Parts: sequence; structure tokens; C-alpha cells
Amino acid sequence: MGFLKTFTLGGIHPPENKLSANKFIEVLPIPPQVMVPLGQNLGAPSKALVKRGDKVKAGQLIASGESFISANLHSPVSGTVFKLDNVVDASGYRRPAVIINVDGDKWEDGIDISDKLISDINLTAEEIIQKVKAAGIVGMGGATFPTHVKLMVPPGKKAEYLIINGVECEPYLTADHRLMLEKGPEIMVGIQLLMRALKVDKAIIGIENNKPDAIGHLTELAKSYAGISVQPVMVKYPQGGEKQLIKALLNREVPSTKLPIEVGCVVQNVGTAFAVYEAVQKNKPLIDRIITVTGKAVKKPSNFKVRIGTPLKFLIEAAEGLPENTGKIIGGGPMMGKALFSEDVPVVKGSSGILLMPVEESHRKEEGPCIRCSKCTEACPMGLEPFLLARAARASRYDMAEKERIMDCIECGSCQYTCPANIPLLDYLRLGKNKVGGLIRARHKK
Amino acid sequence: MLTISGSPHIHGDNSTKKIMYGVVVALMPAVLVSVYFFGLNAVRVLLLSVIFSLFFEWIIQKYLIKGPVTITDGSALVTGILLAFNVPSNLPSWMVIVGALVAIGIAKMSFGGLGKNIFNPALVARVFLLVSFPVQMTSWPKAAVLPMGLADVITGPTPLGFIKEGLGAGKSMAELTQHLPSYMQALVGQMGGSMGEVSALALILGGLYMLRKKIITWEIPVSVLLTVFVFSGILWWINPGKFTDPVFNLLTGGLMLGAIFMATDMVTSPMTRGGKLIFGFGIGLITMLIRVWGAYPEGVSFAILLMNSVVSLIDRGFKPRRFGARPGVELIK
Repeated sequence: MGFLKTFTLGGIHPPENKLSANKFIEVLPIPPQVMVPLGQNLGAPSKALVKRGDKVKAGQLIASGESFISANLHSPVSGTVFKLDNVVDASGYRRPAVIINVDGDKWEDGIDISDKLISDINLTAEEIIQKVKAAGIVGMGGATFPTHVKLMVPPGKKAEYLIINGVECEPYLTADHRLMLEKGPEIMVGIQLLMRALKVDKAIIGIENNKPDAIGHLTELAKSYAGISVQPVMVKYPQGGEKQLIKALLNREVPSTKLPIEVGCVVQNVGTAFAVYEAVQKNKPLIDRIITVTGKAVKKPSNFKVRIGTPLKFLIEAAEGLPENTGKIIGGGPMMGKALFSEDVPVVKGSSGILLMPVEESHRKEEGPCIRCSKCTEACPMGLEPFLLARAARASRYDMAEKERIMDCIECGSCQYTCPANIPLLDYLRLGKNKVGGLIRARHKK
Repeated sequence: MLTISGSPHIHGDNSTKKIMYGVVVALMPAVLVSVYFFGLNAVRVLLLSVIFSLFFEWIIQKYLIKGPVTITDGSALVTGILLAFNVPSNLPSWMVIVGALVAIGIAKMSFGGLGKNIFNPALVARVFLLVSFPVQMTSWPKAAVLPMGLADVITGPTPLGFIKEGLGAGKSMAELTQHLPSYMQALVGQMGGSMGEVSALALILGGLYMLRKKIITWEIPVSVLLTVFVFSGILWWINPGKFTDPVFNLLTGGLMLGAIFMATDMVTSPMTRGGKLIFGFGIGLITMLIRVWGAYPEGVSFAILLMNSVVSLIDRGFKPRRFGARPGVELIK
């Protein structure tokens, strides 16, 4: 393969631990009750359209995205709305959700739930975007930005490339990997739909080189589609960061505080491409997703296809139970995932994995003094100085933090991973970003 | 009970201890060479320096600061070895102990301990000893092979001191160079000097180990050595009758020890690549200015300490290349 593309600044090499890479996607049975949080996307939460006692079918619209950055929400199951209540979600806060008692599995009319591949595309860009919007699709990589907004290129800008993110650089996670292996043709059609929606004729699928089977499979498939190519990239975290991936594939750098469209790119996750396929070709809204359940002590690391709203404990049970020495449940991967309060948290559109960490790996090591080794600076993929930003945040020097570009931080955690003194750099960086973000917003209001 | 903490949830295997003990391992070849050439005296100085560095850190942390005792982190051990490396092997024991007190007590702990000191502790102690006890600090035992006795060592000047003195006395370079160690002897370390600085080979070996283990990066050693090489090369090219050749300048004095182990001390060196390069350049430049025109034959310690003092300024001026700072849009096909 020779020279592999990658981003140039920083990066780390955490152990990959892809325990579930060879596990076929299993369809998980529908639980007796689902909890569907209303705020599953970045931006404004969806507005509920159902009330207690309403009968719903799978795929029926139950909450609508009303503001510009928001997304529709559909019932993942058929049954009766039990109540609208606050439930603890992945954030740890109680947030509004629709709780539905399941009854059978009846689907909304017009949804094609067969496995038949429909590859003919006969819709215009606007029609595709409308269908994506109606289906409530958000970025499936975890950021959950409403996809239809991303597909509407702002006036004055032009998209040149569609970049499909199949990197999956988070250790342990294999959901995208399995999807690429098992739903290749569907992803290809999804990519074509996205290309048409964006009016671009070039799409590049970036995949980390630790997934040669997926690279081979999609490269083979891509031969029959004009404009789609597959590009293996070096295994280096955070290769799957939007800006890092664009840098690796095209050697373009998204300017500070700007979006990828600034350099002619739109990045979509492979999971999103698949969801777009289902929405446009099969009329199926986003009501299920692939999620990895894994961990070193997990008996059966798995990839499951589950309905949104399924409590995590059903997934953990399907992976043969919570290991006894579990000290931490992480929603997502070990680098950017969130530690969860309980197993009762529901699966949402942005859930990519559940990682069960043994007690001995759950605690941070004791913090020591900074020895100015500059490893954090070397590891930062954004060219920042995490030690300095953390110090500024610690001392409430938010002016300094802003000047040193704290808002460029993508919160990948590479600095903290590499710090020999175990300083919780990212904690301080998040604090600093939060405060600086608030100051910037306040300035704009004046 | 579930643990809740912010991401990342995994940590690399890097630790302060690992770095410090990595440096200790890297120092071992030079330790062996110093014992080989300076014998039991070298062992005496090393042990005293290490034991009292640890002791002073322990007593200050426990009874003066009354805080946690962290003498096992390896940093005082490194300081102890480096201090021993920076003195002649026949230095009286009590002076070594005074050196350890200055290094740990004044240069390190009074600034706040590990990570807070501005100047390299071992070098502060060396310079303190040099200006306080100039005679004892500049009477260099001749490197023999495994001298076993503790007394009666033959002393002589270092090659750099020999040249400076000789030129000062009006002797010609051709006359002087006959009495200098050959490149081979200088590389191995068979010459007068502080006990850890003599063998360029052993020091380079340690440096390569640290590079491989990613304890240091290449910028500082390379820029120090390159600056000295180029600067002395130009002078030598202009007038070989008055100036020593660049290879001689690289192999003698404390340059290798300074460039590889002292200037690369993380705590007292800059954080970015540009900063490290300019830092190394400054050290090389000041070293040569002192060697050629200064009163002392050797200037590495002063050069490093002077550059230590401007590290925070360098850090302010040299930022890493920010992602997205360059507007250039280019395409690799």
C-alpha cells in the first residue's frame, strides 16, 4: 500500500481493541417499552405531536423539528403513548421524552421494510433534501447535526467533494465497520443520493487501514459507481475528526472557526449515508441504528441493530450481561464517549457504542505536576497548547484562552491521553471553552 | 457504583516516573564510562550526589513544606546523577554534598519543586561550585583505565583549558594540538574533564535511547551541536592557526552532556519546535562566544542557564503551527 494519507499535526495511537470487528450485526428484539428523548439532535429539541394514550405505529412522526437546526422524530415502535415525561438521558440530566408501551410491530403505510436494494434514483436535489428532513436524519457519527441542514449549501459557497467518513478511529467501536461490510450496496446508493443533493460529482470514502476487508469490499463496489472512490487512511486518532479527515484526503485545512464547506467539502458518516438510503429509497425514517456493545470483560462483544429508545440494559443483556467488575458504562468510545449514570439510559440517534470498563480501568491516575514535557502540544491535532489553555482556564484567564484559540479545540482528548502527569487537561479545556463561548455569544448580543 | 468522569476514559502508558527512569537508563553508558576512567572516585561522587539529592528532597518535602514526599518520581535521582556528571571526580565529598543542597534546595524546591524551577538544578549547583571553589572544580584527574585508588590522582587541564591557556601564553596552535587527545580518544572519553562529560560516544548512545523512547525530541541537541559546529567551523576556516576545528569543539568540554542531557531538561526548555530550535541555537552561540572570547575555557553551563532564563519569553513568541491558520488551499492528487 505504501504511503498512507493522514493529517499532519499531532495525533495519538491508542490500543485499537476492536473486539467486535468480526461479529455480524444482530437485530435485537423490540423491548416492551421505549423512551424516546425529544432532544436527540444538535440544536433545538423536537416538539412533541402526540399525547398520552395516542396509538402510534413504527415510523410515525411523533415530534417535529420546528426551528432551523432541529430534526423530526418518529416512533421507533408500534404501541400506545404511555406518557410524556422527563427521563435521565446520556447527559445525566432529566430531559423530556416520549415513553411508548410496545404492542406488536405495525409500521406506518408506505415504508418498505424489505431487504430489496433499490438503486434507481429519480428525485431532484430538493426532493432528496426534503425526504432527508422528513425522515429526521442526523449525523450518525455522534455529533447528531441535522443532515438536511448540512445538505443545504449556504449561498455563495460551493460543495466540490462529498467525504464519507468510514474512519471509525475510536478504539473498540465497530458499528461503522460492520455496516460497511454488510450494507455496502445500500451505502453506495446513499452516497449517490447525497452527491445529487449536494450537486457534487466526486465522493471519497475515507477508511482507516485497520479495516482492510471494508476497504476491499467498498473499493470493489465503487468500481460500478462514477465519482465514488475509496481512500485508505493511516490508523491514527483522531483521524475521524471532520477537519483531520479533510486534511488527510485532500490536504485542505478548514480555517479556524469555519465549517468544511469553506474548503468545498461536506462530510457525512457512513451510517448517515445508509440512513439517507433508507429514508429516500425505502421511505423509512430514522428509527433504528447499529450500535456496538463491547468491553474487555464483556462475554459476547456484539454489534446490534436496535430501535431508538431501547434502554441500554437490553443491549447489555443481549451481550450476555453486565460483567461483575464493571466500573464505568460509557456511551460511545473511550476517547470521546460519555460516562453514564445507569443502564436505563435509552439508545438515541447518536449512540454509536456502549463500552463497559472494568473497575481497575475506570479511575483516573493520580495527578502530578506539569513537567513541561510538551507531549500535549505534540499530540494536539489542532496545533494548540493544551497545557497553556488548561492553565488559562484554571486561572480564569478567559481572554488569554480565547487568544490562544481555545475554541479550535475539538475535544478529542489526545492531550489528556498522552499527559505523563495525568493532568485532566480536557476537563479544563471544556470549562474554558464553555466560558469563552459564553463570552463570545454575549459580545455578539451587544 | 459507576464512575462518572469526563472523556477520555483511557490513558496512555506514559508517566513522569517512566520519563525520569528512562533518563536514568540513558545516563548509564556515561556512568559506566566515568567509572571506567575515574574509578572508585567516580563511584564515590555519584553515590554522594544521588543519595544527598534524594535526602535533601525528602527532608525539605517532609519537614519544611510538610507536603507529599515524591522522591520516588525519579527527578531527584536524575538531578543527582547529572550533578555528579558535572564535577571532577576528585571533588571533596563535602563539596559534592553542598552541590546537592544547592541543586535540590535552592534551584528546585525553592521554586516550588518538580516542574516549577526555571533553571536546571544540576547546572545551578555546578556553577555555584565553580564560582565558590574554582580550584577544586578545575583540577581534572587524567582519565586512566580503572584507577582503583581514592587519592594521588594525577591532574591536568581539560583539552579546552589547555588550548585557552596555551594560546594565552602565545603558543601556536600547531604546537598545542600535538598534546591534545585524538578524535578517537575524545570520542571514547579518554581525556580530562568532569566525570560524566568526557565520553561523547556514551552520551550520544544515551541520547539515541531517549530519542527512541520519545523522552526528548531532536530539535534541541541538533540545534546546539549544529550551531557550535557551524560557528567554530567558520572561525577555523578563517584562521586555523588561531581557532580549534569544529569536530574538536563538538567532542570536548561539556557540549555533548549539555546538548543531550542538560539543555533537553523538559522543565527548563521551551515547549514548541520553533522555540526549541531557537533555544538550542542560543546555547550553541553563547557557548562559542565564551569558549572563544570569554574568560572561561568552557561555557556550556552558562549558556544553558542564560537560555533557561528566557524560556518563558521564547514560549510566548513561538507558537505551534495552528491547524487552519494557513489559508492556502491545495490539492494532492
